[in-house]
Amino acid sequence: MSKIEKDDHTGVETTGHEWDGIKELNNPAPRWWLGVFVITVIWSIGYWVVYPAWPTLSGDGERGGTTGNTGWTQYSQLAESQAEIMARRAAYLDRFDAATFEVIQADSGLYAFALAGGASAFKDNCATCHGTGGAGASGYPNLNDDDWLWGGTVGAIEETIKFGIRASHDETRFSEMPAFADIFAEDEISDIADYVLNFSANTGFPARGKTLYDEQCSLCHADNGTGDRFQGAPNLSDAIWFYGSKKGEIEAQIRKPKHGVMPYWNVRLSDSTIRQLAIYVHSLGGGETE
Amino acid sequence: MSDAAQPIKYFEKRERAYPKRIWGRYRKLKWVAMIVTLGIYYLAPFLRWDRGAHAPDQAILIDMSSQRGYFFFIEIWPQEVYYLTGILVLAAVALFFVTSLAGRVWCGYTCPQTVWTDLFVWVERIIQGDRVKRMKLAKGPWSLEKIWKFALTHSLWIVIGMLTGGAWVFYFNDAPTLLEQIIHFEVPWSVGGWIVALTFSTYLMAGFAREQVCMYMCPYSRFQSAMFDKETMVIGYDEDRGEPRGRHKKGDTWDGRGDCVDCTLCVQVCPVGIDIRDGLQMECIACGLCVDACNQIMEKVERPAGLIRYDTTHNREARLSGKPEITHVMRPRTFWYMAVLVVVGGVMLYGLLNRSASELHVLHDRNPLYVTLSDGTIRNGYDIRILNKTHNDILFTLTVDGVQNAQMRIQAAGNPDPSALLVYADSVAHYRVFVSAPKPSAARSNLTFTAASANGEIIETYSGLFLSAGR
Repeated sequence: MSKIEKDDHTGVETTGHEWDGIKELNNPAPRWWLGVFVITVIWSIGYWVVYPAWPTLSGDGERGGTTGNTGWTQYSQLAESQAEIMARRAAYLDRFDAATFEVIQADSGLYAFALAGGASAFKDNCATCHGTGGAGASGYPNLNDDDWLWGGTVGAIEETIKFGIRASHDETRFSEMPAFADIFAEDEISDIADYVLNFSANTGFPARGKTLYDEQCSLCHADNGTGDRFQGAPNLSDAIWFYGSKKGEIEAQIRKPKHGVMPYWNVRLSDSTIRQLAIYVHSLGGGETE
Repeated sequence: MSDAAQPIKYFEKRERAYPKRIWGRYRKLKWVAMIVTLGIYYLAPFLRWDRGAHAPDQAILIDMSSQRGYFFFIEIWPQEVYYLTGILVLAAVALFFVTSLAGRVWCGYTCPQTVWTDLFVWVERIIQGDRVKRMKLAKGPWSLEKIWKFALTHSLWIVIGMLTGGAWVFYFNDAPTLLEQIIHFEVPWSVGGWIVALTFSTYLMAGFAREQVCMYMCPYSRFQSAMFDKETMVIGYDEDRGEPRGRHKKGDTWDGRGDCVDCTLCVQVCPVGIDIRDGLQMECIACGLCVDACNQIMEKVERPAGLIRYDTTHNREARLSGKPEITHVMRPRTFWYMAVLVVVGGVMLYGLLNRSASELHVLHDRNPLYVTLSDGTIRNGYDIRILNKTHNDILFTLTVDGVQNAQMRIQAAGNPDPSALLVYADSVAHYRVFVSAPKPSAARSNLTFTAASANGEIIETYSGLFLSAGR
């Protein structure tokens, strides 16, 4: 140990640490600071008694720790506050469950309740594919427009959500367009695509295109291309295209059609939530009346 | 480095001031200021102002839960909080203006810290006696007398603190209702919390911290001297007249000596514990009690009053050089402060006089920006809010203009008719609105929403966009 050095100005000994000629003084921590420190230590003992504090080897107690004498834990607090919210919601939920869609859509209170619940459930479960605004993407339907593959009434939307499309549920909506690559030659597919485009664009078509369409396609998509919702066959005569509006994209869909899958939400979501979702999707702008 | 290793004092230990009782012109002014300011503070929440059936009748009220501010005929919504900013700007500039004219008179007479400290000192004096008795009692050992006097003083301080906190909450609630609740100890948790917090802070600030608040905590007091110039009235000791000071016996000559008899009464009455004869100091709050004290003594020794007085540096220089003493109210500094006051005040007045009775807010959907419908038409979605700031229900007609063949639909329960939208008094109505139109040639066209009241008195417009391409 070196000799204890004292500071000239204050008479306090230094720690021996020096930076750029400035020496650190070895002053004791302030009394008030020490006092507060001791008080916090004593205070913490009270915490051990009142709140969950120590992990236990046996893993007893809630989540494997000591429970304080108040029995309070963050888990129970969360459960309590959730129960409180559920109780508050229940007042509306009972009325909501008992009401038909028509009644709900005419009652501003129930309608607002449905939209709030639907919007939040949509962002949790549906936005992944359909987008947060429900605008969809190629292969994922836009839920804002008025073009519906399987129907746009609240009831039809509810059924789609419940059982899905081409999902693993027994009651799922199902349809499959055959792949025509093996049946038609390339030039025939081109002619059919021209005819399909003509429905909306009036660009003219070769006669063979119409003949082949009437033979092979009109059964599902109808003579004038308006489609058939019962089979989920898209309307080919409007301005909205599911897999693209270019001729090449239509040809590709004739050769080897893509089919989207929507999971079923029955059981996974409660009936109330599904009804809320149906009302929310219906409210996005394209909803149809019964 | 001095030989005797004297430790350097980094902090001056605070000497508690025990201001002596004094009577005089400025003390009188301080009592009046205290009665007026405390009177306003305690009574203002009980003033009533009739606003009709559906609005509170309290003249001054900040209603946090329903988000409204009321001040007599003025009523503001949260988005109009810039009026509050305006008031703060006015208050700050008015403070600068007054300071440049008359020094720190705000500090000395009307600052809440001064007023409550004054009140606390008064209580202290009533219970414990004047300066010397108080000092003796504080220094002396704990006796029965000391205990009951201290206990009574502190109890009264806490009572005053409770009244302070108790009055504060009246500005945020209906005062008579809340008073009833307070009497029955049925106040909401938030109100009780405020009362307790303000009781404690008043007790602490006026009972213990006192002038230290001005010296170490208040930013105003530190930069107010920046507003001073040579013609600012400040309290000063006239050393040309007072020095050399010294004791004076009745009958002694005043020749060859100053008027100051070194009685130190000016020091004893000072609430911040300074000696004004050392010159203008940062601690001085310009309360004028030393002026009262000195004038009293000057009268007794039959010398002219005003050895300590409000005066300007400019006047002293004028006296020394034999020029007339003139104080200009209009100086570049005061002119600019007044100009700012007039401009800010004018802008606020204009804003208040032209305050709209309603507002129309339109928010275009961001996702999706537009929707193509099956027949090729384009639809845009909007969130529309109509604010009715009046106290009457208003029937609005919402129309859209600017896009050819546009159709408007309100998406809401019961499909409301856009030509008859009832917006309730003092409330905001929210509508989901869809506008559809045949695809315009331009990717973005301007459109205008108009909300007009049925009686034609209110017409609010909002210019927005109708999008049909891009993402």
